[in-house]
Amino acid sequence: MAGKGFFIDTTLCTACRGCQVACKNWNRNGTIPTKNTGSHQNPPDLDGNTFKLVRFSEVETDGKLAWYFFADQCRHCLVPPCKDTIEGYVDDAVIQDEATGAVVFLEKSKEAPHEEVTSSCPYDIPRHRENGPMVKCTMCIDRVSNGLKPACVKVCPTGAMNFGELDEMIALANERLAKLKPKYPKAQLLDADQVRVIYLVVDDPKKYHKNAVASLNPGIDRKTALRRMARPAKGLIRTFVGV
Amino acid sequence: MTNHWIDFANSDCILIMGSNPAENHPISFRWIMKAKDKGGVVIHVDPRYTRTSTKADIYAPLRSGTDIPFLGAMIKYIIENNKYFNDYVVNYTNASFIVGEKYDFKDGLFSGFNAEKRAYDASTWAFEMDEKGVPKKDPTLQHPRCVFQLLKKHYSRYDLDTVSTITGTPKEDMLKVFEAYSTTGARDKAGTILYAMGWTQHTVGVQNIRAMTIIQLLLGNMGIPGGGVNAMRGESNVQGSTDQGLLYHILPGYLPTPSASLAKLEDYNKKFTPVTKEPLSANWWQNRPKYVVSFLKAMFGDAAKPENEFGYGWLPKLEDGKSYSWLDLFDAMYRKELKGFFSWGMNPACSGANSNKTRAAMANLEWLVVVNLFDNETASFWKGPGMQPKQIKTEVFFLPCCAFLEKEGSISNSGRWTQWRYKAQEPLGQSLPDGDIIYELFNEIRALYKKDKAGKFPDPILNLKWDYAEGKHFNPHLVAKAINGYWTKDVTIKDKTYKKGELVSAFALLQDDGSTSSGNWLYCQSYNQDGNNMARRDKTDETGLGLYPKWSWAWPVNRRIIYNRASLDLTGKPWNPKRPVLEFVGDVADGKYTSIKWKGDVPDGPWYPLKNPDGTAREDGKLPFIMKVDGIASIFGPGLKDGPFPEHYEPIECPVEKNPLSPQLTNPVVPEYTTEKDVIKTCDPRFPFVGTTYRVTEHWQTGVLTRWLPWLIEAEPQVFVEMSEELAKLRGFANGEKVIVESPRGSLEAVAIVTKRFRPFKVLGQEVHQVGLPWHFGWVWPPEGGESANLLTPSTGDPNTRIPESKAFMVNVRKKG
Repeated sequence: MAGKGFFIDTTLCTACRGCQVACKNWNRNGTIPTKNTGSHQNPPDLDGNTFKLVRFSEVETDGKLAWYFFADQCRHCLVPPCKDTIEGYVDDAVIQDEATGAVVFLEKSKEAPHEEVTSSCPYDIPRHRENGPMVKCTMCIDRVSNGLKPACVKVCPTGAMNFGELDEMIALANERLAKLKPKYPKAQLLDADQVRVIYLVVDDPKKYHKNAVASLNPGIDRKTALRRMARPAKGLIRTFVGV
Repeated sequence: MTNHWIDFANSDCILIMGSNPAENHPISFRWIMKAKDKGGVVIHVDPRYTRTSTKADIYAPLRSGTDIPFLGAMIKYIIENNKYFNDYVVNYTNASFIVGEKYDFKDGLFSGFNAEKRAYDASTWAFEMDEKGVPKKDPTLQHPRCVFQLLKKHYSRYDLDTVSTITGTPKEDMLKVFEAYSTTGARDKAGTILYAMGWTQHTVGVQNIRAMTIIQLLLGNMGIPGGGVNAMRGESNVQGSTDQGLLYHILPGYLPTPSASLAKLEDYNKKFTPVTKEPLSANWWQNRPKYVVSFLKAMFGDAAKPENEFGYGWLPKLEDGKSYSWLDLFDAMYRKELKGFFSWGMNPACSGANSNKTRAAMANLEWLVVVNLFDNETASFWKGPGMQPKQIKTEVFFLPCCAFLEKEGSISNSGRWTQWRYKAQEPLGQSLPDGDIIYELFNEIRALYKKDKAGKFPDPILNLKWDYAEGKHFNPHLVAKAINGYWTKDVTIKDKTYKKGELVSAFALLQDDGSTSSGNWLYCQSYNQDGNNMARRDKTDETGLGLYPKWSWAWPVNRRIIYNRASLDLTGKPWNPKRPVLEFVGDVADGKYTSIKWKGDVPDGPWYPLKNPDGTAREDGKLPFIMKVDGIASIFGPGLKDGPFPEHYEPIECPVEKNPLSPQLTNPVVPEYTTEKDVIKTCDPRFPFVGTTYRVTEHWQTGVLTRWLPWLIEAEPQVFVEMSEELAKLRGFANGEKVIVESPRGSLEAVAIVTKRFRPFKVLGQEVHQVGLPWHFGWVWPPEGGESANLLTPSTGDPNTRIPESKAFMVNVRKKG
């Protein structure tokens, strides 16, 4: 598979949140006023100014405690449903970069129905920026196209975040998986054949984050579902003919 | 650190205790994970399951303030299971030394205790000397008064059952740690300890580290790659500030600050220059007079002459027996004994233990100068909570300084690497580099002394060498060169002539006759005729062990692992040939070494090994621990105020009425402060829970910088108190609820984080709860951030260092309102 990819090894992540902050730094993203709600995870969720979020999850299995960290971000799907959804409503609002495979929302994406774009994502990633477009991780396409690594990868101290040619990332992921499997029988790569951002986890992925693996319409409510059924034919045709 | 950050990757077993590097030293985890990847075992012992624990192979909980029982039990385990490295212990430590008959340990007290003075007479801990004045030894380690047997006896009381009831650590967890760590006693294995403020901020702080040092010596882990005793410092340049004499008891280069009774340079040198009769000891501190005179030459330049003892009389002197630590200074300020105070790059209103005392103390000042980036709780103390601004007479000046990216200079990291940093951008507004502020300030002070002839004791002010500016601006290169040192006259040594004004190449050339200057002998070589060695950026690494000897510069003389000759056997060959940091490779003829040649790191002394390849002893070899008077490392250490062996004493505020190991509940020589703000409550039902303080990745110190950075305050917005689900249930707290945390000294509101990562401890049959909170916050900013956890902590500390006991104290948590 051509293009670029990430390999995120959660076994090396210490939740220092360097990636979360570096992402905001590079993208000049602002903040929201937060409160401590009894967790270290903050902001509480991805938002119009947060493209990358380290999720914290305390789980106890058979009396043994684990604290999992999941550096959540857009997976840059090989076939991105968000793109399909947006294009069902607006032209020139999203690109899938040929060289890298990065899925990038453009200004015009603000014209697409925001909730529907979000709910069409199997990982619940896209967010709407107040008075602005739909936003999410851009794969730091401005950095990458100038020979730099994405900001989150550059800053990661432990090697949890990796970036390169997708084939190389898949090879690296498989190598790490083989190494960890004897000690962690539940070790697995998440949706590795469908995305450009491959996570390695060593336990049930749901224990890391409810949307760690693709689920059908993760955030969809009844209203959105109904609206999707009635969406313009243009998008449906595109989907069916694979344009 | 004896070793350095990258060296963690060389370890077979990393014990993380008294620290939380994943959160507080995030980059260290790069090297820790590399060690783990190679099969190394990572152990975390901590009261709380932290981001560090998530990456550990073994996690063991321990109640705050009980590290010595845990480590004492490990010492007992190592000895009784024969896990120690015998050749190392016999040859490189004082295990074989015979202790004098006056030494004793009974009922929790060492011999020589004076209850009235609350101090020990350490002469009762002296070694027995032979007729030549060398300590008597028993290399079989069998003599009942040899250090090894005394050690064995001392820790025989620290059995698993007793220790487990003190620490609250399950016995099986303790055993797992002991088994894993003691495997590093093998000659081809290395174990390292990474500690931080979790060990130092106790009334037994120094002894916590001594206990681990004993373990490292028993296992032969000192001086080797992947080993050592490694303090991860609490600020990026704390190592540098300690090296340069920031603390009251030392001048730059670890030269003791003179006291009033040492009126003459001769008295000083006599007191602080150690003498040994051990022929194999290098006793490096015998060079102390050279370093002192070179320091005085750097201070006073041409005014420092032999006839005025090089200006020794101009150095400030301490009152004998008096300490001037942080706790003492604020105590004096509280008692109205200080008029003025410079708070430079710090925020004592939040960072000092017992902050209510600190804040009240500052109201007694006539003036206060705050040099910082942002407004903070110290600069604005007079309008803080509970203050009556109209009644406070303190005049406060705020000088804006620029941030680290806006100035050039060196920074010394925990691994002793001194790295030169360039200026990334010009300072904003009227802010200045600290160097400029100090430079101008002193020029003004000197001008005042010149003008007003009535100024008291003007000589040190008028004679100080103060030529560190280029034009109007302070120049850090000039200071760095002065720290390295110059030849002050033309001198010829062994056919080589050094010209006046040349930089001295390294400290072995420093002189005691005034012909050299050096602001800090340990840094002599950092900036010499080869240029600014701290600015080097060459990535070659011939050993493959991550020494990178041409990257920056490390003290002393660019040695990357100190005591590295202890990594070799007596013939100069590595104990572990697979991981050699150093090796003696001199020529051999007839089984004897005939030339000196070393390979690898800079050897800790250039001498021949102690033995020839044929096993015969050499008289020109030197023992490896060159900074120790006897040339070997101290398992039995007579240098501390609270005993030659670490002994368990409870924190000054503790949840138990008894110490099962002895009738002595707390450290008998702990410093006492007696103002009405120095309240201590032990076993008081109003304060039933153990409290501790810590930091998070997202903030730095009191947050003076980080609380103003939106991305960081978004990630950790408010002070919190972490507690177990059991405690939350007991008090009826919901997760995320704002609660009150209070100690006998103060209280604050904090958000309850109810978590499985804290568990109650089973201590002496009782359930003991512990809570913890960060000390990054303060009332100035942000509005909803909350207050400093140091409102709770006690103002007492370690008797040796006087570092406050902010890691173990008693609190209550209760519902608001």
